[in-house]
Amino acid sequence: IIVGVPLWWRTTETYRAWLPVSQINELSNLQLQLSAEVEVVFARGTVTPEQQKKVPLTQIQDEEHTVDGDLFINAVCLVVTKIRRLQGNICLKCVFSRGHSFEVQDMDVYVGQRRTALLRIGAQMRVGKTLDQLLAHLEPRIKQVLQVMSFSHTDISAALSDRVRLSPGNKESIADSMRTFKSSPGYEITFSLLNPDPKSHRLHWDIEGAVQTYIQPLLTKLASVANFSIDSQTLYYAMLGVNPRFDSSLSAYTLHSDSLAHVINPVEARLGSNAASSNPVLNFLLYVPDAHHSPLYIHDRKKQEVPSNAFHSPRWGGIMVYNVNGFYGPEAVFPVDVNINMAKVMGVFLAQLRLLLGVQSSTAPSGFLVAPCGSNGLADWELDRLMWSRSVENVATATTTITSLAQLLEQIGNIVINDNIAEQVSSAVTSLQLAVAELETGNLRFALQYSKEAILASERAFFDPSLLHLLYFPDDQKFAIYIPLFLPMCVPILLSLLKIVSDARQKRREKQAKKD
Amino acid sequence: MAAHRCSLSALLLIICSLLVFIVADSEKATLTGDHHATAVDNLQTVTETEEGAAAEEPAVEEERRWEETVVEEATADKEDTSAPETVVQSSVPQPKDDFQEELVIRPLHSGDIYASFQFRTLWETDFMRGNKVSHYRLFPKSLGQVISKFSVRELHISFTQGYWRTMQWGQPFLPSPPGAELWVWFQDSVTDVDGTWKELTNVLSGIFCASLNFIDSTNTVQPSASFKPLGIGNVTDHRFLRYATLPREIVCTENLTPWKKLLPCGSKAGLAVLLKSEKLFHSSFHSQAVHIRPVCQDWQCKTTSWELRQTLNVVFDLHTPGQGKLEWSLFKMFSRTLTEACPLASSSKIYIDITDDPQGEQFEVSPATHLLSQAMVLGDRRTFSVYDLTQQITFGTVRSLNLLIRWKSSEGDMLRPLLHAERYVAGYGLQTGEIHTLMYNNHPYRSFPVLLLDSVPWYLRLYIHTLTVTSKGKDNKPSYIHYQPSKDRVRPHLLEMLVQLPPNSVTEVTVQFERALLKWTEYTPDPNHGFYVGSSVISSLVPSIVAMDTNSTREQPLFSSFFPCKEESSYFMRVYTEPLLVNLPTPDFSMPYNVICLTCTVVAVGYGSLYNLLTRSFQIEEPSPGLAKRIANIIRKMRGVPPL
Repeated sequence: IIVGVPLWWRTTETYRAWLPVSQINELSNLQLQLSAEVEVVFARGTVTPEQQKKVPLTQIQDEEHTVDGDLFINAVCLVVTKIRRLQGNICLKCVFSRGHSFEVQDMDVYVGQRRTALLRIGAQMRVGKTLDQLLAHLEPRIKQVLQVMSFSHTDISAALSDRVRLSPGNKESIADSMRTFKSSPGYEITFSLLNPDPKSHRLHWDIEGAVQTYIQPLLTKLASVANFSIDSQTLYYAMLGVNPRFDSSLSAYTLHSDSLAHVINPVEARLGSNAASSNPVLNFLLYVPDAHHSPLYIHDRKKQEVPSNAFHSPRWGGIMVYNVNGFYGPEAVFPVDVNINMAKVMGVFLAQLRLLLGVQSSTAPSGFLVAPCGSNGLADWELDRLMWSRSVENVATATTTITSLAQLLEQIGNIVINDNIAEQVSSAVTSLQLAVAELETGNLRFALQYSKEAILASERAFFDPSLLHLLYFPDDQKFAIYIPLFLPMCVPILLSLLKIVSDARQKRREKQAKKD
Repeated sequence: MAAHRCSLSALLLIICSLLVFIVADSEKATLTGDHHATAVDNLQTVTETEEGAAAEEPAVEEERRWEETVVEEATADKEDTSAPETVVQSSVPQPKDDFQEELVIRPLHSGDIYASFQFRTLWETDFMRGNKVSHYRLFPKSLGQVISKFSVRELHISFTQGYWRTMQWGQPFLPSPPGAELWVWFQDSVTDVDGTWKELTNVLSGIFCASLNFIDSTNTVQPSASFKPLGIGNVTDHRFLRYATLPREIVCTENLTPWKKLLPCGSKAGLAVLLKSEKLFHSSFHSQAVHIRPVCQDWQCKTTSWELRQTLNVVFDLHTPGQGKLEWSLFKMFSRTLTEACPLASSSKIYIDITDDPQGEQFEVSPATHLLSQAMVLGDRRTFSVYDLTQQITFGTVRSLNLLIRWKSSEGDMLRPLLHAERYVAGYGLQTGEIHTLMYNNHPYRSFPVLLLDSVPWYLRLYIHTLTVTSKGKDNKPSYIHYQPSKDRVRPHLLEMLVQLPPNSVTEVTVQFERALLKWTEYTPDPNHGFYVGSSVISSLVPSIVAMDTNSTREQPLFSSFFPCKEESSYFMRVYTEPLLVNLPTPDFSMPYNVICLTCTVVAVGYGSLYNLLTRSFQIEEPSPGLAKRIANIIRKMRGVPPL
């Protein structure tokens, strides 16, 4: 027994490396502190110099977003009045001016292309008010600006939608949060030209040039968020899943919004997945209806024609229908050569791409004027917003992965934990902590970087195949090995135990009989 | 000795380069279609002016059409410059890719029908630019991504169900071994070839729904001479070559569907309409393949383009019992007829081999066509009737083409194939055995060298000192031997030999082996079925049948018939032998459990008796009364008499 039991113990033990369980548990009730720095600059003439001196240098606004009780987001808005730059930090700049610079009179706030917002101070506030009143007047406005330009409650809850269940009934916000792709280190963008009728249409699209002019600027801007790769293909004889209905009043074929859900499935089988990477794919399809079903229009719920003739599917991509019956001419000689107007197509796809990547502008409150985005299709503050929500989402996903892995390992004792997994887990935990710290100080770029690393490490640990080796080693096999030894050995022991018990009982009975 | 070896290797190099050249040449000759066929015809115009003219017609027409598009383009350009606002049929960019499809049907002497589909996509592009953006039109995106990600120079993959019977059917257009075969040349920029190979096989297994992921180092070899690049490229360093076969692989519908998906027209139009799996897999032989290689775009080879060649070969057994007459049609074979060509294809043709029966004595083809074409196929001059699907006339008034062949007589015998091979395992017991490879040279007076490649798994331990090569009862010393011994569980044996086959002879290669014992987890789920050993590959330059033709009955000009002309003197051929099925010593897999049970029972019995011995207290007991006394007592009790 002295030799056998330790030997048996050592040989049947599974190797389990040490995991930072306490740190993981700490992470599970994570408190995120997001901070955005606001620089308030008063234009000349809005405040008097002596007032300006008195303006407090910093002012901290705390705002607590509680999402489903389990995760607190402590959003700290650090309002820095006066000009003060912090190296590397992202600042929102609010410039207060006297309004004459506004061209549109009924606009109170103008949000610029970079990170600047111009605010107008009401005329009654301009003169003869104390500083406190002025600041009190400003506060709600700044808050509004912040919500537009950095993050609001809905953004954060959307980013965390995987982790917390959204309150039912709020259908619109669910749709919003479902639309954007999940955060991932890279995306594949695939443009597909669907030509169901190559016999009658010979389509030409200058996708290479269009990508260079329309899509590439946006992607270079987004390069810090994720890696993108673009390709395109042409698919022939690719049919939609629904037969469009003929509308005689329009003399056109129509697709109703209810049936759009069934359109994609047969096409998707042809699209093919990317053989070379495992990143999520954003599909953009340009569908040219065949000659017999043309023109084809998409109708919305109110039976109105959709002006762009396009729709998108959440977390999948977008489809645009491109009618070419204008090319037929009086005497149609098939096949018709068609040159596709890429500006029109790419406009639609770019809008869809922005939506799917989550660069949607939250509806600005009244009185806000948002500057049209520049040539690269993305304002700086929009990029910041995206980075906020992506880092929060990454952090949330990574913590969920790590905590569930830790739980799983705790529950099932059979799993072998190799050293490399322990290493991955601890690196994920450290980069998570770093990401949280960077979020606190407002270093978006580093926060995103660390959160990406955390996700990668945690996923690699979670999906490591070595975890599976002994997972399915069932208990009945153990029984099958041990029972042939123990069952025959038990028989004499049990029999003698029975005998002892019966002997004892008999003795007691005898005793009782003696007493009587 | 060293000098001798040096000269040998130099000789080998020369032969190899020659092989490559001639492979490229012969393949082009067989497969580029009409253009080349007409070129061949032009050489023969003296004799076959009529046929040549007939075959030339479409080519000329094609050329004219080509010009027309150019003109159109020019006018369109003018329009654009004059009125840029109007978007009328504006300039059409010349597509850089091209798609061709063809089907060759050959009635075999055994009465079977051999149908060979070829789909070729040419794309003038460069995958190796390092450009991230890739735009695909006709070329399938999934394969393009594979090429650019893994820096593939050439990729050849084939899936075959059934064994090609060379003796009955002659030579196939594209040979392939039973099961799956994959060989890849990587670019010389690849540093970790083995890692890339592993990833590539995994990706390909996903693309083709095949178990190519079972390819690992234990069944991968690097042949030094047998597999040379078929496309352009001067890299012949075999470090960048990987070759693997999976003889066990079973090919079925799930492999055909992704293969069809790679075609630009899918299975919706063109010849691919015929590819219905319920008929294709109801056949004696089925083989589908994908070949990707860089080829020259023009004669000077200034620009290169990528060629994707998808082939599908199938042999239908038409000996349906109970039917007296032999008849064959597209509908009967594929349960479909053709109605249109693929609109994307620049050429779409059906060839029917009527070489054996130019006068229509043995069989009759309907609808008849006047288009004839000649091509050199595997060293033989063959005549084909051609059906051009891009012409509306081909489909006739019923708008569908249903080719029909009716046999009139089934006589006439096939010329024996010049080279064929077979292989078997000899020996008894489960310890040792012997692999015999027989190579037949049926040429009456010419000898030629062949390269034999054998890749044997490590669990058959070859005794290389027992290797003997004999032909005609005499020892035949191979002029080149490349042997790489196996390592257990790491790599297989690789044996490559250059053997000269004497005319009209059988050359036998034998080598003995020992069967290894495997670990119990290494056995397949059905170990008693046996273990497969892949086909050996025999590649050689075979003297042409035409050159062999010495009978002077054929009408030929006298000046052409004295020396056999150079191009036709030999052609490249690859022959695959049967895969072997070898039994390995197989343990009884319930044995461990039996042992556990037995020992545990013995231990338990011993333990029980010891326990009893230790715990029982012994006491003297009165001997119990005997049986007779007990019975007597019972009787006395019943009678009410006190017991004894």
